Amino acid sequence: MSLTQADIDREIAERRAAAVPGDHPARDYAPYRSTLLRHPKQPPVAVTDPEAAELTGPVFGVTDVTALDNDLTRQHAGEPLGERITVRGRVTDRHGRPVRGQLVEIWQANASGRYPHQRDDHPAPLDPNFTGVGRCLTGDDGEYAFTTIKPGAYPWRNHVNAWRPAHIHFSLFGTAFAQRLVTQMYFPGDPLFPYDPILQSVTDDRARQRLVAAYEHGLSVPEWSLGYRWDIVLDGPAATWTEEGR
Amino acid sequence: MTPPAPASNRDRSAEGRGTGPTPSQTVGPFYGYALPFPGGGDLAPAGAPDAITVHGRVRDGAGDAVPDALLEFWQADPAGNLAGAPGSLRRDPVTGAVMGRNGVDFTGFGRVATDADGHWALRTLPPGNGHISVCVFARGLLHHLFTRVYLAHDPFLDTLPADRGRTLLAEREREGVYRFDIHLQGEKETVFLDFG
Ligand SMILES: [Fe+2]
Repeated sequence: MSLTQADIDREIAERRAAAVPGDHPARDYAPYRSTLLRHPKQPPVAVTDPEAAELTGPVFGVTDVTALDNDLTRQHAGEPLGERITVRGRVTDRHGRPVRGQLVEIWQANASGRYPHQRDDHPAPLDPNFTGVGRCLTGDDGEYAFTTIKPGAYPWRNHVNAWRPAHIHFSLFGTAFAQRLVTQMYFPGDPLFPYDPILQSVTDDRARQRLVAAYEHGLSVPEWSLGYRWDIVLDGPAATWTEEGR
Repeated sequence: MTPPAPASNRDRSAEGRGTGPTPSQTVGPFYGYALPFPGGGDLAPAGAPDAITVHGRVRDGAGDAVPDALLEFWQADPAGNLAGAPGSLRRDPVTGAVMGRNGVDFTGFGRVATDADGHWALRTLPPGNGHISVCVFARGLLHHLFTRVYLAHDPFLDTLPADRGRTLLAEREREGVYRFDIHLQGEKETVFLDFG
């Protein structure tokens, strides 16, 4: 019994019709089949202790990144294949305050939609000049920037003919461990959006739009790269006692 | 003919997206060459006489090992200080390779991917406030989960729903070695925490 795109489309539509407003995906989102045995059935326990350790968090500094880490096109002897892009934006907390000096990590497939991971058996070429890993620290205004190539779409085995829209994985830290975020950035106008249960797990239309970067012509560099802007807002309570110091 | 105003594209998209937080998405199966780093689970400075090992397995609702989970740890130092320190993934400025922690500072931050058997291990110093905070990421998990490892009984555990507090209490296997399994689902489901 093989699961078709039509089956998944139906489930996605049902979940969207029944959606309760919320910014994050429900962990029990069956159209993404790997969630079935991996979501807790008990509700999380609320911790309101103002002294909770999770209201503080790890710190990073100049020893944790190198100057080349945010340019994924310069990590090998040659230039990677693909469409060169820059992605930049600001990281803020949910009150709009910049998240300063914190670690941003990204990883992505190459232009052909292949990861250099032994479990990725998509028969698309590896690129000896592209690994697809980047890091940087946010600046004083919460800003970050990466130079990379546009990743390709790739197939996966959630159902027959399942394809992930092109995306860049992002990992972010705030001033509090409770603000931790791992997410994915998508590219505007991708025709695969409606078919992808991972993106569609965000059932609120406006929240889902926040995962899509904007093409911004002013960020494109003549004769060099296309520019995208993607601003990130961290959820969760921020640290209270160190926010000015970081 | 005048070209369209360059700002229009951005303004239009801003209307449809609101101002809330950026949603979470799964870490997926391919983070392995990006997020884990050598020494990610070795928080204790080399040779620290009071170092402890905390280890366990991550299991799914069928009781099977989760071989593609990523665990992050955040904790106080032995004095209870939660200020942390940079340098968890200290880098060689010449080659960019991870050089490892500097052997002096206790950063309070660890990151460990589970192995093919769902197993993980952390070598650290005992936290002054009695617990280690854990953030769980995995393929199939659309939004991370927070929990805590308690090394000894704590009044917080008594505030949890009937009997479930013990899912946060590590089992002392022998001097300095603690076992802590994480059950994402099922009868032994771990208590997960929400900080609002
Ligand atoms: Fe991916």
